[in-house]
Amino acid sequence: MRSAPPVDAFTLRRRPPQEKLVDIGFRQLTLVLAASVGIVLLAIFVTVFSGAREAMATFGLKFLTTSAWDPVNEDYGALIAIYGTLVTSFLSLAIAIPIGLGTAIFITEDLLPRRLRDLIGLLVELLAAIPSVVLGLWAIFVMEPAIRPFLSLLHTTLGWTPFFATAPQGPGTAPAILILVVMVLPIITAISRDALNQVPIELRQGAYGVGTTRWGAIFNVILPAAVSSIMGGVMLSLGRAMGETMAVTMIIGNSLNFNVSLLAPGNTIASMLANQFGEADGIQVSALMYAAVVLMILTFVVNVLAQWIVRRLSLRY
Amino acid sequence: MSFSTPPTTNQFTERLTLHYDPALKRNRFNQVANAIAAFFAAMAVVPLFLVLIYVLVQGGRLLSLRLLTELPPAPGLEGGGIGNAILGTIVVTLIASLIAIPVGVGGGVYLSEYAQDGWFSKFVRFGNDVLAGVPSIICGVFIYSLIVATRIFFDQSFSAMAGGIALSVLMLPTVIKTTYEGLLLVPQEMRMGAYGVGASRFVTITQITLPAAFTPIATGVVLGIARAAGETAPLIFTALFSPFWPEGLFNPIATMSVLIFNFAIMPYEAQNELAWAASFVLVIMILGANLLARWISSASRS
Repeated sequence: MRSAPPVDAFTLRRRPPQEKLVDIGFRQLTLVLAASVGIVLLAIFVTVFSGAREAMATFGLKFLTTSAWDPVNEDYGALIAIYGTLVTSFLSLAIAIPIGLGTAIFITEDLLPRRLRDLIGLLVELLAAIPSVVLGLWAIFVMEPAIRPFLSLLHTTLGWTPFFATAPQGPGTAPAILILVVMVLPIITAISRDALNQVPIELRQGAYGVGTTRWGAIFNVILPAAVSSIMGGVMLSLGRAMGETMAVTMIIGNSLNFNVSLLAPGNTIASMLANQFGEADGIQVSALMYAAVVLMILTFVVNVLAQWIVRRLSLRY
Repeated sequence: MSFSTPPTTNQFTERLTLHYDPALKRNRFNQVANAIAAFFAAMAVVPLFLVLIYVLVQGGRLLSLRLLTELPPAPGLEGGGIGNAILGTIVVTLIASLIAIPVGVGGGVYLSEYAQDGWFSKFVRFGNDVLAGVPSIICGVFIYSLIVATRIFFDQSFSAMAGGIALSVLMLPTVIKTTYEGLLLVPQEMRMGAYGVGASRFVTITQITLPAAFTPIATGVVLGIARAAGETAPLIFTALFSPFWPEGLFNPIATMSVLIFNFAIMPYEAQNELAWAASFVLVIMILGANLLARWISSASRS
């Protein structure tokens, strides 16, 4: 009969109570810290909603479809700002998607030496790092004067359509759209680039193997395989464009009069908040909060949709 | 029966050659598409150069010791500097980092090290993505209602503290996400090894797992700080602005981003020039931080 193995301190080391305490304490601490995300998010929703309650009761859904913004008579409607938010974000995406996607394709294909492509990618990502207030400053003093001749040309040639019916005179919706393009372009490019890089090389080899060309493979195989991530990125940048504040505030003109023309000054929910929230009082604060609720719901829906698209649309290859 | 067929010489087979024919429709299309993609890539890079050139030339021209150490002039007057705004940006960003980094790293640790794949961790990750998408101006509105309007800190309304907290709300999702994703990359064997030699969970995380994930976490944190330093929207009605030197954490404070916003829309030449100068300092700081983050992640890889 073999003797039992020697019982030493090593095999029978009991965890001292303070070690257990530290372990449990640390776990609970990180749990609380993780929960803080949910708490902050809920607090944001509750704060903004409760701030908006008064205006919601007073103006109801009419707030969304009327364009009065009259602090004297205390009559408020956010149509101008909602229209501006939607127009600027969708039009800027319409311009930024082809450019961003084209750039992403260009730097994931082997058309140029690798180092040059990486450099282009780096430059586009650095563009994302420039603060929006600096882009706004640049838009006021450099971009807007530079593009005004082109906008005037648009007005003289296409002035018969309502969208270009006013002569450009400084700040307006069109320059705001262009500065938004500059801001969302890096997001679309970076996400599309990652998505294209993740397409397995076998798919491309297979496409080349059955005799297609480079762009045949891109349009028929690679883009469809990456479409879910690209769409997700597009939705994320849509949310960003809707909520973007500073650059837009500085160049859009912050008009309180409704005008369909893109060359006329406009407004967005975010820029209205930036301009008026600090000085507002009484029911105007509540009306601004109501507008903030609208903006929050818009970006929330867009962001959730983005996550849903990435999960649902992804091809199984 | 024979399989040999006489070579047909119709128009179709004549073009079946292995030689590249640039005149073919598909090849012409390819060249056009290449050119369009190259043109788009050039267009995407142009704005960066235009912005950088203007900021460097317009702002760098004014760079002097006086600019960095003096107070801004009263509207309409010449001279002065942006010393208080530089200091204020550092103070507010520091407050935000001191809140967001511990909370974010802790939350990330929970998600990757402790959480079962249950509803809670799903909810936190979902909430984190939603919080990352909340417009920065809403953060400002939130902190204004929560802290500024209620005068919660010593009966002070606008304060550096409120601005810092607003920025921390903005930084938090970035820090959590990069911590969580960085920790997921740490090989499971390292944790097993630590448990195997008798380390507790706490020791394993703080001594083994977190240091192993240092690079991705540091990269994400530096990028988050850089983004927070340039944010304006959450500050305009939380930290407000001040033409004086910072007077403690519970008073309004000047920051470079709000200074740029305020001075850009003023009709005075001197103020506009200071806005360019502040842009120069801010852009150099932020691009420097971005290159630092890149350097951190590439230095550890090699």
